[in-house]
Amino acid sequence: MKQPNMLSHGVILGIFCLGFGALLAVTNSITEKDIAARAMEDRQNSLSQVIPDIIHDNNVVMNTLTMKNNLDKEITIYRATKDGKITGVAYEIFGTGYAGEIKLMLGVDATGKVLGVRVLAHKETPGLGDKIEVKKTKWILDFDGLSLGSPPLEKWKVKKDGGQFDQFAGATITPRGVVKAIREGLQFFDAHKAEMLADNASKAQPMNGEADKAHMKEEH
Amino acid sequence: MATAYKTIVKDGLWENNGVLAMLLGLCPTMAMTTSATNGLGMGLATAVVMAASGLLVSIFRSYITQEIRIPVYILIVASMVTLVDLSMNAWMHELYKVLGLFIPLIVSNCLPLARLEAFASKEPPAQSLMDGIFMGIGFTLALTAMGAVREIIGSGTLFADASLLLGPAFKLMEMHILPPDTGILMMILPPGGFLVAGLLVVGKRILDVRAGKAIQMGGAHSAA
Repeated sequence: MKQPNMLSHGVILGIFCLGFGALLAVTNSITEKDIAARAMEDRQNSLSQVIPDIIHDNNVVMNTLTMKNNLDKEITIYRATKDGKITGVAYEIFGTGYAGEIKLMLGVDATGKVLGVRVLAHKETPGLGDKIEVKKTKWILDFDGLSLGSPPLEKWKVKKDGGQFDQFAGATITPRGVVKAIREGLQFFDAHKAEMLADNASKAQPMNGEADKAHMKEEH
Repeated sequence: MATAYKTIVKDGLWENNGVLAMLLGLCPTMAMTTSATNGLGMGLATAVVMAASGLLVSIFRSYITQEIRIPVYILIVASMVTLVDLSMNAWMHELYKVLGLFIPLIVSNCLPLARLEAFASKEPPAQSLMDGIFMGIGFTLALTAMGAVREIIGSGTLFADASLLLGPAFKLMEMHILPPDTGILMMILPPGGFLVAGLLVVGKRILDVRAGKAIQMGGAHSAA
């Protein structure tokens, strides 16, 4: 009596799993393309905020190379080119805020000047730490045009730490984390400038980081 | 045997309201009601999932045996949530950017599961669909009300970013109630959620007592 009962439960459960599994597979295949297109648009949007349109004539999302950053994390470098020459790069940088990681997109021109910084994701306190979002305040725009030499390195701090950047009333840890992330992002650019700006990739297909590294070695 | 539609509507919206009477689904309730718009969006997504899973469970109710009903319910709710998640990501992307993080939370919401067990597994498909819709709307109303209270006190606005959720025509709904930067921050942080939820439950009970009704224990009406 018990045996066939057990079996039938298993069969029914199995049929339900199969049916809903198939339903999800179908949905996934229908939405897959649209979702990929949306993700691409999102990336283009965040890139267009840190790389002005006038300095490039390529699709920045397509011209990429992969590098390891100072935290040993693989990041994608998006490269803007105009008339075949690299005019700027953009890549993700990471800061530590009050409530975890802050993810930002940093755009740098070929001379190491900040083109723009935008926050991509953060978990900071609403009303205090979220003033780093361009939607809330203009604070993040203060970094435009700055570089490692201007202001001097010891001034790349919030005012409370003797630097030149404003902190927010009631929130120092968040801006401190952002300033540090941008400073380190620029130092990363400084250290890997040649590699990022090697222009052999402008005509070749994207994602050829390996080829760039080989190219670098030859030059030295 | 089937429950009258009038009872289903009244139960869902007020008498047996998921949040205010049964105190179910408090995880998304606390997390998503930092603004009225967020509450509204989360409520609507939950309503879609509840209506779809209620209908499905009711259709298959004669095949779902007692022993395996819980895994089947969870399978159905999780499938519906994934379905909503994927379609919103593909076709309602702006809304998805606001709510996306919280859609998976619907699975952990015990309100859909409770309604499947207490209602859809016993009632015909039409009634179950109605129950899903009206429980969902009741949930939406409670979340929107809670979001509105927290948003007005916490950030001084009402329905901020509603145009992102509902389209540009709803820009009119976005209001500034208090001057900027005067909100009491605590209200949009977790403690504010508990405070407002508690106050709304008290408010509902006071209204019920005034109306001369005996206070019911949460869920006793149909979950018994």
